[in-house]
Amino acid sequence: MRPAWSVILFTTLAGAGQGLFLALFAAEVLADPEWRFLVAGAALALALLGAGLAASFFHLGHPERAWRSAAMWRTSWLSREVIVLPAFMAAVFAWGVAHWLGQPALWIGVAGVALAAALFLCTGMIYACLKFLQEWHTPLTPLNYAALGCASGLTAAAALSAWLYPPLTRGYAAAALLAGLLAYVMRLAALARNARLRPKSSLATAIGVKHPRIVQIAQGAMGGSFNTREFFHGRPREVVRAVRWTFLALVFPVPAMLLLSGNFLAAFLVQYAGLLAERWYFFAEARHPQNLYYQAIA
Amino acid sequence: MSKQLALVIDLNVCVGCHACVTSCKEWNAQGAAGPLSDQNPYGADPSGTFFNRVQTFEVGEFPNTETVHFPKSCLHCEDPPCVPVCPTGASYKRAEDGIVLVDYDKCIGCNYCSWACPYGAREIDEQQKVMKKCTLCVDRIYDTALPDADRKPACVMACPTSARIFGDIHDPDSQASRAIREQGGYALMPEWGTQPANHYLPRRRTDLPIHPDELERHDNPLKVDGKLPRPSTQEPSLDDVTSW
Repeated sequence: MRPAWSVILFTTLAGAGQGLFLALFAAEVLADPEWRFLVAGAALALALLGAGLAASFFHLGHPERAWRSAAMWRTSWLSREVIVLPAFMAAVFAWGVAHWLGQPALWIGVAGVALAAALFLCTGMIYACLKFLQEWHTPLTPLNYAALGCASGLTAAAALSAWLYPPLTRGYAAAALLAGLLAYVMRLAALARNARLRPKSSLATAIGVKHPRIVQIAQGAMGGSFNTREFFHGRPREVVRAVRWTFLALVFPVPAMLLLSGNFLAAFLVQYAGLLAERWYFFAEARHPQNLYYQAIA
Repeated sequence: MSKQLALVIDLNVCVGCHACVTSCKEWNAQGAAGPLSDQNPYGADPSGTFFNRVQTFEVGEFPNTETVHFPKSCLHCEDPPCVPVCPTGASYKRAEDGIVLVDYDKCIGCNYCSWACPYGAREIDEQQKVMKKCTLCVDRIYDTALPDADRKPACVMACPTSARIFGDIHDPDSQASRAIREQGGYALMPEWGTQPANHYLPRRRTDLPIHPDELERHDNPLKVDGKLPRPSTQEPSLDDVTSW
């Protein structure tokens, strides 16, 4: 698939925002920190989510019709995401305002946690529900979206607390290391799974000619088409491999060292860059069966 | 059972002339559904939106090869994976005739349905920014202003070899159903359970039942036509009355 920057930015920014809110709620329950830190954290989470939402609009051909996309929540994970995202943002906003006014209520935070989890599920299931994109059709897809988002959010929380409320920094850094390691292992599991995948479809089933040797002579168009652009990353294999090694280094090992050495903001920024590469690779790795009809990109 | 309109495409007959492609483009570029835009159509790198494309494959190893021309369009699946994923409901399957359509006024151009189609049947219109796909010429097949014989998709009307059969595959007596049943009609990528309504008829071995007798005349062992020896008057003639 062609990695779209709008979607890469949306999933990584929103994931960090969700993880940050979960980290803040955990601190509220376990440590009862200063309200200023929680309000600033809620504002940062909202900023991340808002930036992600803005990026997602660039994916649409008709952003002015985006309101329509809440209609089919019974069948479409994308529609469910469109409903859950603003609901989660509203919960984060309400949670932040409640702390600002000095009247925190536990149930707002609990609702926010439920909505954050639902948003992780919706975002992941948008990809995992497409059964013929075999690289995505696994429970690891939503789990990895959640795990990587939590790791990124905890690293952001560590950086924020280092600046505003140092007593929490050590705890957040430890939690970020643990979550990062877990997410890293799960992402490696997904890579290992996908490396062993066998495509269910072949050129023989695509055109229904049962012969082991079929060569495409013409794709049906002189130049390219939507089909040759949308479903292929268009980069040489070396680039894809380089992106994989980049994200494998930047998602956990490098930020872990930065966290241990106390460079919390750098850890977050490096990990975020790694997540951009991870998401790019997530799309580039998926081989769409329609490419069988376009052997130049298959 | 409700109707399911579909195309049955005979790969044994298709000659790969692209008449269905151009006819489809001609009809749908000016039809009720609006334009079907092209980008840079006369330039070095032309691109455009098409409902139908003809691809060509070579099967086998030289010298035992066979050329297969493969017309490819939306298959109007009975269980279309592209429809439930649409967040706005712009993509839908009509209950009355099974045609899968896109409401261009509701489509937000998110491309998600095209990701959900394993056949790559959907193409975004880069100018209108909405998803487009074969409509089975829905604005033509029900047009009462047209004579009955013309109420068929433009591609079917255009095919010079009648490789495209249009009909209701839920009606066991339709020409389409009969062709599927009697000529080994098959669906593409059956492994995904999409139950495509469009079917393809396989390439068939063409045998010419010519006996050697028919190539060599019995009464002409020297193969010299027109220089046959004159039969004697005793020999039986054609009507047993006259002689040569």
